[in-house]
Amino acid sequence: MARNPTDDVSQVVLLLDVNPFFWGADAERLNGSVGITFDQYFQHALMFLNGILLLNHTNKIVVIATGSSTCGFLYDSTATENISESITSKGKTKSQESRSELITQSMQEFVSKEEEAVKANPDSSKVQYSNFSGSLAMALCYIQRVLREPLPHPQPRILCLQGSPDAPYQYISVMNSIFSAQRNGIPIDACVIGNQHSAFLQQASHITGGIYMKPPQPDGLFEYLMMIFATDLFSRQFLQLPRPVGVDFRASCFCHKKTIDMGYVCSVCLSIFCKHHQTCSTCGATFSKSNLTAITGMKRKAPPS
Amino acid sequence: MMDVDERPLRLDVDDDGAEEDEAMADRGAFERHYADERSWEELQEDESGMLRPLDVAQQQRQHRKRMAAMAGPHIQRGIIRYVYVLLDFSRAAAEMDLRPSRMGIVADCVEAFVREFFDQNPLSHLGIILLRNGIAHRLTDLSGSPETHIKALRSNMECAGDASIQNALDLARGYLTQIPSYGHREIMLVFSALSTIDPGDILEAVQKCKEANIRCSVVGLSAEIYICKLLCDQTGGIYSVATNEAHLKELIMEHAPPPPVQAEISVASLVRMGFPQRGAEDAVALCACHREVKIGGGYTCPRCKARVCELPTQCHICGLTLVSSPHLARSYHHLFPVPPFEEVANMAVANGRQSISKNCYGCLQELPTPGGKVKGVRLACPRCRQHFCFDCDNYIHESLHNCPGCESTSISSSQPSQ
Repeated sequence: MARNPTDDVSQVVLLLDVNPFFWGADAERLNGSVGITFDQYFQHALMFLNGILLLNHTNKIVVIATGSSTCGFLYDSTATENISESITSKGKTKSQESRSELITQSMQEFVSKEEEAVKANPDSSKVQYSNFSGSLAMALCYIQRVLREPLPHPQPRILCLQGSPDAPYQYISVMNSIFSAQRNGIPIDACVIGNQHSAFLQQASHITGGIYMKPPQPDGLFEYLMMIFATDLFSRQFLQLPRPVGVDFRASCFCHKKTIDMGYVCSVCLSIFCKHHQTCSTCGATFSKSNLTAITGMKRKAPPS
Repeated sequence: MMDVDERPLRLDVDDDGAEEDEAMADRGAFERHYADERSWEELQEDESGMLRPLDVAQQQRQHRKRMAAMAGPHIQRGIIRYVYVLLDFSRAAAEMDLRPSRMGIVADCVEAFVREFFDQNPLSHLGIILLRNGIAHRLTDLSGSPETHIKALRSNMECAGDASIQNALDLARGYLTQIPSYGHREIMLVFSALSTIDPGDILEAVQKCKEANIRCSVVGLSAEIYICKLLCDQTGGIYSVATNEAHLKELIMEHAPPPPVQAEISVASLVRMGFPQRGAEDAVALCACHREVKIGGGYTCPRCKARVCELPTQCHICGLTLVSSPHLARSYHHLFPVPPFEEVANMAVANGRQSISKNCYGCLQELPTPGGKVKGVRLACPRCRQHFCFDCDNYIHESLHNCPGCESTSISSSQPSQ
């Protein structure tokens, strides 16, 4: 591997899950305790971001918040780079303090916007998923902009701090984003805080060559973030990072959202069904039973008539 | 020094008037095109030293028009394809008008094509047939593994004798008629020779291909040939002739995205498929495809429990099609494309006052405003009404296939169905 001067300069795009249905009190009753409060979670993320910027002075960060009704950019370090560095009496640099303040402020704005959106749509209160596909698409658009800039540009990567469960209806758009990231060589790292594993993120990190991790003790989030997810792409080849566990590649059928290991696939639109149907519910094509038998018997010899 | 510098300048000045017209008449059409347009005058250097056109918006509009023309109306595509690539490795392929030889360039292009083909058509199958010494020889079986094809092609690089299109068509047709009815049968011929030496009636072979619903396309290397044109016309394929190496690659790559479906031949059916799980890292098992003992890896057929090495494939024991769900998902963007974005007129931006966003929704780049510093076009998604820059529009429609605006404001449109 050739050593580029920017091999260890990172452009980290952090996707912060701020879904109120996951972090709220109701969620605790529904999902059991998460092991970390939103306050702690946000503090750990802030410290991590400051840490990334201290590792290399040319590192860049972008923070995108993922809510249940909207997504939005919270912070872009290239846009606010010009704040002068000066050490205050507490030993922190001024820019560090103001950065945390800035992110907290935009987070507050985002949360109140989110609150309005949820109140405006009272029937949507059942939605407990976050708009992960939206923030992933925004992250990739932003990274494209970085890649368009003249060389040398920093090595981009995406880190997802995810708590909410996967939304089945986002499957196609999430997969589209993952394949686009794979084509551009952008690794997607995933740190899952919720109670169950995320199949989306497992596939994302497996396909794009990122790291997937579900910390056993979520209250030590900061340590996991610093020890594992702060390492730049060049250093990763020298480290013993969490090995990927088995990735579930089974498909879920479109009709019942059941996970199946054998099923029927429409030849026109590739929709997956768990049992034989007369017509395809996605594209409206009609199937005949005779066709099916002809195909399954293809490899065998014709039975004696 | 001064003399040397001045001479070219003076020449430029003298070239005015009648003399220039005369000079123009002598030039080829393509030269006149450059001379008239003076395209270099429309360039300027930006702050980072890159060349940029003066009228960015106009150029972006042209690019969008070109892309829209290429995309065309939304059409149903044949996603499960069975393609035989016929390569002419006759004497004509040894010709050195392309360096190092036509054969070498064709092999390079086909290698890139095979990779791109399986990237875009993950459930499809491909095979290679070589035309050499007047006969057609099947190099690889129809299969879904790019490495097998590339390896076989690389170890078979020699050319001799004549090419026979009839033999090749008959051989490919023999294999393609065996495939299931839901698959789309295609032949792609890369033809270097100027003639075909056939044992029988080639028109009959063309007719048979047409009856078998095989779409035949030809990429020529030398000149347009009547029989190739007839073959493509009859079977609904595309005939193109390459003018140089880059053009050849472009023409071959054009066959990678799934082609539109011909209405009369598309038969919908439900295909039974298995989604095998990856075996444990330290399990020892016999694989059914190479008949070797393999440690770890591999996938287990959910029906007969046989071990296969890679996906997608057909189970060697029970014939079940084995895929993984990402393979299916790779094709979904053909089915649910992002609607083309509309350009926001300058008037609307000027009248919109505060409510118009200043930055691109996708990448935060500053959007052009009338009279502003940033030049270019401003685009809006017809569904979510968010504004995007030109570069994001390109990326969203060509690679991402998601609209960030629609995805992040999906609260009322796409409720989870529970």
